[in-house]
This record gives sequence, C-alpha cells and structure tokens, in this order.
Amino acid sequence: MNEKPISTRGRVWFEALAGKPAKHVPSVPSVLVADTMMEKERVRFLAIVPDPDNRFPCARQGQVGLQEGWNLAKQVRDVIKADESSEKRAVIAIVDVPSQAYGRREELLGIFLAAAAATDAYVSARLAGHPVISLLVGHAISGGFLTHGAQANRLLAFNDSGVIVHAMAKNAAARVTRRTVEELDQLAEAVIPMSYKIEDYAKLGTLYKLIDGVNVDSPEPKQVDQVRADLLAAIAEARSGQRDLRNRLRSKGAQKNRSATLVVRQRLAAEWHSNETSL
Amino acid sequence: MSQPTLLNPQQFLARKSFVELNARERAQALLDEGSYRELLGPFERLESPWLLLQGVVPQADDGLIVARGKIRGADSVILAIEGQFQGGGIGEVSGAKIAAALDLALEDAKKGHPIQVVLLLETGGVRLQEANLGLEAIAEINSSLIALRHHVPVVGVIAGMVGCFGGMSITASLCSYLIMTREARLGLNGPEVIEEQSEIEEFDSKDRQLIWGVNGGEQRHATGFADYVAEDDVAAIKACINEAFGRGIPTRHRSEQVDDYLKRLAGIDVSYQLETSEVRKLWSNGENL
Repeated sequence: MNEKPISTRGRVWFEALAGKPAKHVPSVPSVLVADTMMEKERVRFLAIVPDPDNRFPCARQGQVGLQEGWNLAKQVRDVIKADESSEKRAVIAIVDVPSQAYGRREELLGIFLAAAAATDAYVSARLAGHPVISLLVGHAISGGFLTHGAQANRLLAFNDSGVIVHAMAKNAAARVTRRTVEELDQLAEAVIPMSYKIEDYAKLGTLYKLIDGVNVDSPEPKQVDQVRADLLAAIAEARSGQRDLRNRLRSKGAQKNRSATLVVRQRLAAEWHSNETSL
Repeated sequence: MSQPTLLNPQQFLARKSFVELNARERAQALLDEGSYRELLGPFERLESPWLLLQGVVPQADDGLIVARGKIRGADSVILAIEGQFQGGGIGEVSGAKIAAALDLALEDAKKGHPIQVVLLLETGGVRLQEANLGLEAIAEINSSLIALRHHVPVVGVIAGMVGCFGGMSITASLCSYLIMTREARLGLNGPEVIEEQSEIEEFDSKDRQLIWGVNGGEQRHATGFADYVAEDDVAAIKACINEAFGRGIPTRHRSEQVDDYLKRLAGIDVSYQLETSEVRKLWSNGENL
C-alpha cells in the first residue's frame, strides 16, 4: 500500500459541527454519524474518516470502500424511514475522501454496487424532500465523491488549497496522461474542468457557496458559527427549491462554462417528440 | 435469474456478433426494423468544446448515440456509448446527452407515456480530458436514473470489449436489470488502476485469468451483480432485453438491498485475498436476496 498522509479534516469538521450535544449513532469506525439540532433544524451529519484498523486493507486511509458505501446507505435510509410521516430532517455530508478503495477484495465483492447503494440513498433522501447538503472540507475525488457528497441539493466548499474536487488524484493523472504536474496546472488554465483549484471548480456552477476566510485545519469557534449559518441557509434554500439537480444548471457558472450541456438539453428536448430524424 | 445457455453448432454459426458492432449499429440492431430515429446525430456537430484545446480531435456525436424507436412495438430509447471513441469516456456532451434523455423519459413516464430505456455501456468512466465535467455528468446521470427507474425499467447492457469501469460502473449497478456477455467486464477500478494505486500483489493487471475471474460477465452473473449473461449474439441479447422488460420494475432494486448486503459483508472473512471461486460459492446468484 502506498503510504499517503492521512487527513484529519473530516473528523475535525464532524466534531466541530456535530459538537458535544450531538447524539452519536452506532456505526463502523470509518463512518461517523451524529444527530443534532442546528437552531430549529434537525440534522444528521455523516463523515468518512480514516480507520487504521479497517478490516479492508485498501480502505484504511479514508477511502470509500465496501463498508463505507453500504453503511452510508444504511444511515441515510434509516433517516428516510424514520421521517416518513414527519418533517424531513436535513442530511449533511462532510466530505474529505481521497478516493474510492483500490483493491481486489473490493472489486470481487462489488464496490461499484456499494457506491450505487450510497448514491441511491442520498438521491432517494433528496427526492423524498430531505435537504441533502455537502460540505467539502478536503479531497472529493472520483468514485469517493460520487458515493459521498456529489448528490447534494446544495454543495458548499471551503476556499482553501486543500479542498480539491477531481476525477483523479493529481500525481496519478500526471502519470496516466504522461504530463508533468506543472503541465497539468498549465493546462487547467485553459481547460477549467481539468483544474485542481476549488476556485476553478466553482466556475462550473455546481457549488452553492465557496466559503472564504476559514482556517480549515483548526477552525476558530467564530468560524464554525459562520459555517453553521451557511449550512442553515443552504438547508432553507433546499427546502424551498426543486428536488432534482437542475439548480446546478441554472447557475451563472453553468451558463458560462457548461454551455454545451445546456445546448444538448435544449436541442434534445426539441427533437425528443418530433418525428423528423436528424440523420 | 436466467441460466447461461450454450449454443448448439447451428446456432453458433448463425449468430451475429453484437460486440463487433459499433454503437450506432448496436442501437439499430436492437430497435424494430424501420423504427430507428437518431437524435442529436452527427450532422448537428454537438462535439466536446474541451478536446481541441488539448490537441484531441473531437467527434461529431461525442461518442454517444441517442436513438428513439420501438422494441417489440413498445416506445424505447437506446443510449449507446461508442467504446472506440476515447475509450467510451464520459465527457460534458456525451454525459449531458444521457442525463437529458433520462430526464425526458421521466417527464414522459410521469405523463403516463412510459418509454423503455436501454443503456449500452462501453466506457472507462470519466473522460480524463474533461475531468470535473465528466464527473458531474455521471452524478447527474445517476440522479436521473434513480428517479426514472421507479417509473419504468432501465436495462443496462455491457457487451464488451471495453467493459464498464469507473463512475459508470455505479450507473450500471443502478440499472433495473443488467445484462453482460462473457466478453464484458465490470468494475469500479480496472486492474491497471489497482496495480498502479496499490501494488502488483493486490492486482496483477497482466493476469488474464484473474481479470476475467474478478471482472468478467460470467463471474458477475454468478455472484449476483448482473442479472443475465448472454452469448455475443444479437438475438441472444435481444432475448435478454425482452425478458428483462417483461419482468417490469423490480420490487427492490439491488442498490436498495442494504441490510442483506451488510449481512453478507459481515459474514465474509477478508483477512486474506479471496479466490474468485470462493466468492461464487458464498454469494451464488440471488441467494438469500
């Protein structure tokens, strides 16, 4: 196993936000779950954190593996069921995932289905009317992010160099595309979706908010309060908005940098019911 | 669950390979004769805006065919990924085509006009040259697919030779029914990626027996991750698609069977590298589920 520095940001923010009065829900050590109140909002917080004793060796550094995917699915589905006939509480994913777990056991036992199960649970919660919010505090890479974070009604991220959304970790991407890390950075200036900078990711219009001025590794209490207020605003917006992901397409960023997506949607809708073939 | 069937010599000679067809030919082969209607076809030139910036020649349909038509008389849409273009990688345009088509099918289903959806999955996942927009497209595809499949079954087909990897393996697992050929592979991380990210002891990407043992269609069917394993034959694949649609919307999709899979996982010893045959014994298709 490559030794990678283990990030503690997921736990730092889980503890800061879920706080002491939170009720910790039993789970596996790599999936932190707590129920708490933020003002009048009931919230379930979820975070994936490193577990050096994880029985799956390729999932010890915070990667999203089999247990993580299936347990996330369970914890989110429990909320859907518990709130079936009451007000739908908010679900907040604190995201710091270096990647999915790269292992043979994972593939044999269907990590893709575990990822699908967590995805399904988050989407089902959103469709049922739960505000699903993600707070990106560290890495949000590839299958890890698709499993935990990507399905939120509203995405928030810290404007910090340690917050990265991408399809592949930088070193691996450099190897695969036969480029140097410097070349990758240069390329990202012209090709925004290739960038590893969170300010560039924000230009794609998927983020609800980029949060400035927070010491992400050891936040001050005042900063935690600010983030709580941001999360509450996101919850309120999610409650009054649509339950699908179309809000991401209506953003200014999408109008500018996802114009091809918008053209596809517009033209496909026009041709969908027409009887004329385009060939 | 269907059992794999072997062809007799006449059938073997009469078969028409599906794997050898490109995406457009595959869609044509599956739709009733004369019903094929392609949307956003190549003459509209909706290509990737990002590839030329990186010196990669774009393709006029961005490697994704949207074809409306009939399957046994029922309104259908086929979304076929062209594995020959950028390894079937999902870019902004190809991904938007899939997500938009799923949303349109959902609108129609809600209006009482269900359209059967077939996904022909031949992809390595996110197209790396469009990184975050490919990733976002897959997130949106998955979201739309989950909303849609409660109204109308969505059938996924992984025929090969590219297989279905990366984020799109999640999409495959969200389909109401999944059909694979023996030539097809399914995995979140391909063998090369695992060898690269972990070490060769974890996965030797040159060990073909291991690859097929882990990722191959037969194993995926035997361990319950795919519903059908079909011969590489147009008629055989059509028969599986028809049978799948005949079953309607599953009572419980695989991705909803959380407690069962947690129980299965808890009961398995992972302190050593499992043999593919052990997993087959432990998780034979559909058992206890």
